[in-house]
Amino acid sequence: MAKLGDLARVIRSKNAGPFEITLDCLFDDPAVYERLKRSNAITKETIARLYGLREDEIHHLVFFDQALGFKVTIAREVSSGSAGDRDVYGAQQHAPLMDLEVEMEEDEP
Amino acid sequence: MSHDVKILSPCGMLGYGFPEESFRRGLEHGVHAVVVDAGSTDGGPHKLGAGVAIVSRRACKKDLEIILGESLPRKVPVIIGSAGGSGAKPHVEWTLDIIEEILRERNLRAKLAIIHADFAPDQVLDALRQGKIVPLTTNVPPLTEEAVRQTPNIVGQMGHEPILKALEAGSDIIVCGRAYDPSPFAAVGIFHGKDPGLSYHLGKILECGALCADPGTTKDGILGTIGDGHFTVQALNDCRTCTPLSVAAHTFYEKEHPYLLNGPGFTLDLENCRFAEDRPGVVRVSGSRYIPQDRTFIKLEGARLTAYRTFVIAGIRDPILLERLADVENIVIAQTKQYYPEIDGGDYQIRFYNYGMNAVLGEREYEPFRGHEVGVLFEVVAKTQELASSICATVRSTFLHYGYDGRKSTAGNLAFPFAPSDIEFGPIYEFSIYHLMEHPADGFPIEYRQGGVQDGEAG
Repeated sequence: MAKLGDLARVIRSKNAGPFEITLDCLFDDPAVYERLKRSNAITKETIARLYGLREDEIHHLVFFDQALGFKVTIAREVSSGSAGDRDVYGAQQHAPLMDLEVEMEEDEP
Repeated sequence: MSHDVKILSPCGMLGYGFPEESFRRGLEHGVHAVVVDAGSTDGGPHKLGAGVAIVSRRACKKDLEIILGESLPRKVPVIIGSAGGSGAKPHVEWTLDIIEEILRERNLRAKLAIIHADFAPDQVLDALRQGKIVPLTTNVPPLTEEAVRQTPNIVGQMGHEPILKALEAGSDIIVCGRAYDPSPFAAVGIFHGKDPGLSYHLGKILECGALCADPGTTKDGILGTIGDGHFTVQALNDCRTCTPLSVAAHTFYEKEHPYLLNGPGFTLDLENCRFAEDRPGVVRVSGSRYIPQDRTFIKLEGARLTAYRTFVIAGIRDPILLERLADVENIVIAQTKQYYPEIDGGDYQIRFYNYGMNAVLGEREYEPFRGHEVGVLFEVVAKTQELASSICATVRSTFLHYGYDGRKSTAGNLAFPFAPSDIEFGPIYEFSIYHLMEHPADGFPIEYRQGGVQDGEAG
């Protein structure tokens, strides 16, 4: 088991427009990225559990091989800057993803 | 083979500042245009709703003095996207005022094009009744006529089409109202006959300044060059460099999908892009595809005033109170409501943000509290400022003196850092319009005028 935050080079969150928050996770080692992708640790189910969302509130979950990363876009509970919002830029919503424990196969000997 | 087209982006946000040296190095490449994005919705709905800028006038002027002072004498056109932050009429006027001041002070002349992106409520209501407006995402509520009427500044994001017209007219400075961020950059490539897919993809990268470099920043310049079948990007400061991975990774930034980008009238498909090193520090990108849509939908944005806020910041160090903080706060809310039976409960809301405990993630917080001190921010949001302030004062005094079970510190529960403790915040806004509207791509009026003309001089 490893924490996603220890495996990734970048884990961040930010508004993708005022009604959605997008979580980016980027790697610098293609081997780690491939193992993570193959592990099936990142699914709509995992993200829904981590963020207390219904699966239909996860609008996108996409891996992009050229950038060695994946992106998850989730619905905001409250639109950016409206009364009751906690994070106008959506910039600190990545912490739960950092703490996610993932199980990956070992490197080939 | 046609010639290469070079675009200099001085920074990711007009008014964020940039090293002058990077800007000059960029100009030495013989660029076809200097393009800078000035817009963002990241800071919330207030700027659009209240008609105020994101950056200070001083900061915007500092950047524009360098940009205009260096570009105009070289006959390099300057394009500003989403002027003033939100690109509505007051934001465009604010930007024009600064430009005129600089032109006057430096005795410069320029042909100005101003592209308006404002939509009158009646125009939006017509489109709404004709079924031409849809929410942008599934969690944006359907648009209502009431919301349109309550929204003072409504803007639509332009594509490259009106900017292209302004370039064809030989404009020296093009001030765009709200624009799709990459559009002002894409217009330059398309004006010079380059592929729209490459032009838009490059625009998507350049609009953030040097954020695609390593280390990335919005506060430095970046150079893009569009060739035939590819474009390149390179940093202009020796302290940073572009790599295939840094540029590919930037494609992710602040978009809902990593490789499918929807703009006005098209989808940009970057799935099969190739990112390669052209020469050290210069990244070559190819394979960006522009897929036109049958109908053009532009993104409408609008913000309305919803309420007024008064808030208080206080510290809590008492370990007994920290143990039962959430319970005490709920009792404070209940006692306040009880004190005002004559006020409709729907006219105000009371919220507590316990910094150090769970203020950032709210109910999503999973870490147990282990600290010895908490910063509490509490706010009252109400129909009027007077109501917000009156109720907030009651919340504050109730919280300050509430005798919770087991209390030993019977003199007061809160450490206020400031006097007075209650801060009137003023109006708060929400994005009331964030919808797609079917609209002609060139349906953004352009106004031309001569800039820098002195009083009494013929225009």
